Amino acid sequence: MALFELDGVTVAGDGRPRLRDVTLALPDTGVTVLQGPSGSGKSTLLRLLNRLEAPDEGTVRYRGEDLAQRDVLAHRREVGMVFQAPVVFPGTVADNLAVARPEEPPEELLERVGLPASFLERDASTLSGGEAQRACLARALATRPHVLLMDEPTSALDPAAAEVIERLARELAGGGVPVVLVTHDDAQARRVGDRIVRVEDGRVAA
Amino acid sequence: MSGDVSWWGLAASLLLVGVAIAISLRERLRLERDMLVAVARSLAQLLLVGAALGLIVDEGTWIGWSFVWVAGMVTFAAVTVARRAPALPAVLPIAATAIGSSAALGLGLLFVLQVFPVEGRTVVPLAGMVVGNALSATVVTVRRTVDAFAERRADLEARLALGLPSTEAARPTVRNVLRLAIAPDVERIKALGIVVLPGAMTGLILAGVDPLDAVRVQLALMYVILGAVATSTTITALLGTRRLFTPDHRLVVLRRSAADEG
Repeated sequence: MALFELDGVTVAGDGRPRLRDVTLALPDTGVTVLQGPSGSGKSTLLRLLNRLEAPDEGTVRYRGEDLAQRDVLAHRREVGMVFQAPVVFPGTVADNLAVARPEEPPEELLERVGLPASFLERDASTLSGGEAQRACLARALATRPHVLLMDEPTSALDPAAAEVIERLARELAGGGVPVVLVTHDDAQARRVGDRIVRVEDGRVAA
Repeated sequence: MSGDVSWWGLAASLLLVGVAIAISLRERLRLERDMLVAVARSLAQLLLVGAALGLIVDEGTWIGWSFVWVAGMVTFAAVTVARRAPALPAVLPIAATAIGSSAALGLGLLFVLQVFPVEGRTVVPLAGMVVGNALSATVVTVRRTVDAFAERRADLEARLALGLPSTEAARPTVRNVLRLAIAPDVERIKALGIVVLPGAMTGLILAGVDPLDAVRVQLALMYVILGAVATSTTITALLGTRRLFTPDHRLVVLRRSAADEG
């Protein structure tokens, strides 16, 4: 069964629609990349998947179930998300993880993203871009998500930090957590994607 | 009363407005028209209010009319908030609830604790102080809430994405807004007497009341006003926040043009 299915999905925008009549199925293994130029609607598409956006027309299904019928809070804990610019909350890294009401020890969460346990006491606002994005990834993993959404997760990072995030995405997918990753970067799409979906002008290219 | 300003005295005080207009003309501030309008309006409005208050204060007048007047003030205040901060959905009923509650609480306390007797002489002026302060605090809170939701969109969505319910996701943002909205009143109370000689007290002293009596009246008023401001800002922020999320815990997209107004 497909992980996500979009059926005739349209999302209105200011003036022209951000997505128009998109029908698409995303597989439940590996890394699926949504690739396209900025303003193409790929982030909107991603945000439909954890219902930060809702379609104006059409349906989005998760493992066969209409998202409009699902408990949205439970769904979001099951479908983790990492954003473009790392969004750290005020406080320490441990405070950040606590917001997610973690289901495993914070040390193990940090270990999964390659950060030492000593980072727990660090003030999150003092982390470098790459460290902050890894802390955000650890926070997203805290709810034990079955799927991970990544919205241009490396566009604010230097190449070395970006490489770490790409590797972690591949590792997660290899470990049975399918990843849907948005990028405008062709080369990145080819490096990390098992499957590439091209989004252009609010439509999915064949 | 010994502090009466005669009609001649009132006219004399207009001389100072003349000074302000002269400055405006000389420095080409182009404020002279506004000043004249402001003076004319304040004269007309306050004289009218004074005359109407005269009727209300009269011992033969039914006390209920005072409360009808208060209801009118609350309504007018809510409409003013809606006009000055239109970006928030359903701002009118929210402002009416917030200001109405703070007026009820403020007046209720003053009267139940018998700080003031329930008389035509007390109800409307006290309500005016409470409602006036609640009005400005509510405008600030509405604007700050809308701005904070725009500025902190990333923070709010990151919390929502973790499966937090909207009220919980908004809590740090709301806390910030409330702190910023209530802090000025706390600061004002700290500066009382040193920098600011507050209006009610000044008025009472000018009218010949013993300064310590005037101070007691003023302090009781200030404390009640602080409580009223805290009440109206909290109600506004909590009710307003609910309007900024959809029932399924998404952020409502506000039209920026509306948020920029005022």
